[in-house]
Amino acid sequence: MSDLTDLYQELILDHNRRPRNFGELADADRCAHGHNPLCGDRWTVALRVDDGVITDVRFTGAGCAISKASASLMTEAVRERPVADALALFDRFQTVLTTPIDRDVETDTLGKLSVFAGVREFPMRVKCASLAWHTLKAALLDEASVVKTE
Amino acid sequence: MAGEQAALVTAPTLDLAAVRADFPALAQQVHGRPLVYLDNGATTQKPRAVIEALVRYYEDDNANVHRGVHVLSERATAAYEGARDLVRQLLHARAVSEIVFTRNATEAINLVARAWGDANVHAGDEVLITAMEHHSNIVPWQQLCARSGATLRVVPIDDGGNLVDEALDRLLTERTKLFAVTHVSNALGTVNPVAGLVARAKAVGAHVLIDGSQAVGHMAVDVEALGADFYVITGHKLFGPTGIGVLWGREAVLDAMPPFMGGGDMIRTVTLESSTWNDLPYKFEAGTPHIAGAIGLGAAIRYVRAIGFDAIQSHEAAIVGAAVERLRGIAGLRLIGTPRVRGGLISFVMDGVHPHDIGTIVDREGVAIRTGHHCAQPVMDRYGIPATARASFAFYNSAADVDALVGALERVRAIMG
Repeated sequence: MSDLTDLYQELILDHNRRPRNFGELADADRCAHGHNPLCGDRWTVALRVDDGVITDVRFTGAGCAISKASASLMTEAVRERPVADALALFDRFQTVLTTPIDRDVETDTLGKLSVFAGVREFPMRVKCASLAWHTLKAALLDEASVVKTE
Repeated sequence: MAGEQAALVTAPTLDLAAVRADFPALAQQVHGRPLVYLDNGATTQKPRAVIEALVRYYEDDNANVHRGVHVLSERATAAYEGARDLVRQLLHARAVSEIVFTRNATEAINLVARAWGDANVHAGDEVLITAMEHHSNIVPWQQLCARSGATLRVVPIDDGGNLVDEALDRLLTERTKLFAVTHVSNALGTVNPVAGLVARAKAVGAHVLIDGSQAVGHMAVDVEALGADFYVITGHKLFGPTGIGVLWGREAVLDAMPPFMGGGDMIRTVTLESSTWNDLPYKFEAGTPHIAGAIGLGAAIRYVRAIGFDAIQSHEAAIVGAAVERLRGIAGLRLIGTPRVRGGLISFVMDGVHPHDIGTIVDREGVAIRTGHHCAQPVMDRYGIPATARASFAFYNSAADVDALVGALERVRAIMG
């Protein structure tokens, strides 16, 4: 049986209580909104990209602890990283989140984001962990302005 | 003292252990703990009597209704029509011709919006709803107003979750063609004073639809006494199967309505050029119905009536009242909706904790509650919150379930800080 502490790890609780890079980004050059209509989570991710590198990223909105901590840790993970690296990181993150629990996952390259591997034990919450990332991807690829996960 | 003793003797009682033993799903463990099922507002568990009625129909009587002359079809038809009469008895309706089987309450409301609404609501008219409605009692009326050019008006609610009386007086006018209102709010727990509301709507000549989805499993309903035109219910919140609901409509009103859907069973004669309609209620039941579902619903009604609504209501009032008091004692917990009269559910939020985190943590303690917007987004907007956690009760819930809920919420506080 999975334990709640697999999900609500101290790092996640800390980023939920004190989200990093939370707030408006005045000189953003791209922005996207993410919305999970099922639970009401809403995030806006704003970015500044210079010469293919994410030079600044901030987020606003409201959501559950998993969702907010994921957005917060995401901003730390992609800041000062090339856009291609950020997108590749999302792919690896998404792979971990969607791997069945009875299979091993490679979390070595995820850094702090490996804390979300425990979300796999709670299938209803996987969308919470990925909403901010889908929103980031939409902003980077300039896709539709509102992303929905449900 | 004599009076008290008399009250003790005559007070309706409920044998909780016996009742709980009738519900196989309640006996299980989840995450290694006894299941505490407090999501009855979403759907109720099913007593063995309902499950056995479904099995009996499929094993012994499976046949289409109103068609065959063979014995299985006769038995299926008798059971299906018997269920209709049990619904009639439950709602205290005058005749079975007023009982239309639908898929659920949502379909019943859509039936009225289409068949009655399209014929009776026109540009310049108004449809009145309330700010505490479930999406199913909002969207069909928005669609009707978009089709007809009528205007949708909304009775606001106060901070406690009660309808604002003065606003209702102002909004009910001779332009109001229909007033659609919930009997019990699924998001706030409010029990609306529906008989009085109907009387006021009738005074301006409006028709009235009442959404009884959250009421029927908890209290006696008498549609004749209420005086409304339509009352809708869903079977699965009444301890019956999913996929079966009921529209009660006043016979004269139903009779004047065109059919909703066309097909088999709803016709009297069909030529390739035109058709004529069957009598009530069959005019509104096109195609093979959910026969097993109706029979299961009949079994559920029989079961609930055997317990009795006096016993159910006094038991639930005690449990819910105790739960309200205990929840008020939890630091940082705020009730959403403190209505003058509360039904079987309690919505709440906790400072600094999103309802979905509450839901996940209490689930691990074996406690099943609902978290989210409860298909009532306008209610969430009214309180400026994205979602609530909701504990909703049925007659099989116990004081121990309240203890488990409170313990689980204390664990939420311990984990989330």
